[in-house]
Amino acid sequence: MNSAAKTNHVPVPNTTVKPNSGDSKSIYSIQNFSLWYGNDQALQDVQFDIPANNVTAIIGPSGCGKSTFIKALNRMVELVASVKMSGSISYNRKDIFSPKYKVEELRTNVGMVFQHPNPFPKSIYENVAYGPKIHGIKKKKVLDEIVEKSLKGAALWDEVKDRLQENAFGLSGGQQQRLCIARCLAIEPDVILMDEPTSALDPISTAKIEELVQKLKEDYSIVIVTHNMQQAARISDKTAFFLNGEVIEYSNTDELFSNPKDKRTEDYITGRFG
Amino acid sequence: MAVNVKDMMKKNKSNRLLLRFSEKAAPTIFLLCAIISVLTTIGITLTLLMETITFFNRVSFIDFITGTKWWPFGENPSFGILPLISGTLSITVIAMAVAIPIGLASAVYLSEFASPHIRKIVKPILEILAGIPTIVYGFFALTFVTPMLQNVIPSLPVFNALSPGIVVGVMIIPMIASLSEDAMSSVPNDMREGALAMGSTRLEVALKVVVPAALSGIIASFVLGISRAIGETMIVAVAAGATPKLSLDVTESIQTMTGYIVQVTLGDASYGSTTYYSIYAVGMTLFVFTLLMNLLSQYISRRFKEEY
Repeated sequence: MNSAAKTNHVPVPNTTVKPNSGDSKSIYSIQNFSLWYGNDQALQDVQFDIPANNVTAIIGPSGCGKSTFIKALNRMVELVASVKMSGSISYNRKDIFSPKYKVEELRTNVGMVFQHPNPFPKSIYENVAYGPKIHGIKKKKVLDEIVEKSLKGAALWDEVKDRLQENAFGLSGGQQQRLCIARCLAIEPDVILMDEPTSALDPISTAKIEELVQKLKEDYSIVIVTHNMQQAARISDKTAFFLNGEVIEYSNTDELFSNPKDKRTEDYITGRFG
Repeated sequence: MAVNVKDMMKKNKSNRLLLRFSEKAAPTIFLLCAIISVLTTIGITLTLLMETITFFNRVSFIDFITGTKWWPFGENPSFGILPLISGTLSITVIAMAVAIPIGLASAVYLSEFASPHIRKIVKPILEILAGIPTIVYGFFALTFVTPMLQNVIPSLPVFNALSPGIVVGVMIIPMIASLSEDAMSSVPNDMREGALAMGSTRLEVALKVVVPAALSGIIASFVLGISRAIGETMIVAVAAGATPKLSLDVTESIQTMTGYIVQVTLGDASYGSTTYYSIYAVGMTLFVFTLLMNLLSQYISRRFKEEY
């Protein structure tokens, strides 16, 4: 720990969230966040702010904690029974781990797209309508509109509009992933978390998703975990480099890639390891 | 180490004459075993068929399937099977009304809510429940459930359809719970995560994602349960009575197809009499019912198969 990155980590008492200094509004504020699976520490003193209406990329080698981190943002990490946490994550200035904060409410505002496309074994229509339905929207006409709007938003409408009633498993992998994005858009979240959304896809599908991410950031704040550094460089505004559970460097993407401050960041982005 | 693995393997293999022989003989032995069960099935079906034909030489088939009176004993026997079918269906409907909701709810609990620790304890218990001899359930119905029901319905006779129906249902619960739980547990976790990440509660995930995804397995378990209820013998023989009646009143004494067969095989009819042959015709009817159920369950599994 010799770097400037580390010295930025001024310990801050839990739950007090300071407004982000200067630039655009931040949607997430992570303070001193550490996480353990049983006795294994997966994240250590993570601390940075995630800006709204931006694409924030999380990069780092396998096992560096980037997936764990993104899953902490919507508390999906709690599905692992042995998980323990300290520090705080605030979403819109509210501590998401506070007992008062309903996890369902958080996840309604913060959508997630997974590494492997995971549509439900239902029709394309039902997949997109699922979210609105569980949140109490029942009118067929409204649902029809939501489905069309969401599928258009995910750039999938033209490909599937004539077969909305067919099973979602008949779609290609790339289409399934865009369907999952549409499913996510249907409940109009503010944030979309993407956990290596293109790692299971071919280059053409990947390009389509990347294009889509660019479009989506106008309306949504996006946090994307990726293995692929070129992808991070292409599509993100901010990049955080994780290594062994710590944030080594977090800055504007072009800065991080052109002028990394930490030696380890430089080694990683130039392909010396990872 | 001067061990040459390749040489050793070669030497061992060439020495094993017995191995070579069994390699050839084993498939034949396995085939014979498989043939035994196939032949038995064919044999039973043929016997059933022959004796059923003998029966229908004496009693008209139309009278048999449309007759509303089953009175095989005495001067003027009447062989209308509808009362026995109605008895069987009463038991089946009561049993499924008990077994489907409780079995499915247990499966949802075990698969979606129980901690691994609880699941490890409860599932084996369920499977033990499935292994209790049905005669035990039979006198449980007669000596425990019926008196209990009589507290609620004072006019309830000792032999009735309600009590054995409920107990058959209890007997089937573990089967439905266990098979449905298997179907639900094999739904990939991806799907639960997808639904949870959209702000679903665990109950919503269970009922709106997991149950629909596992529907084919769940329905197949229902159908198997139904065919088990139709074929159940000891419980109804002990507790349902022996009064074939075409009636929907479950508080009366009834007789099921299986119950009738038990009654006759216990020696109520002399060999060669029409009454004797009637059990084959009833057996055949039962066989057709359970066969249809099994075909239905296969069809459902294929028709509703969710691919994931």
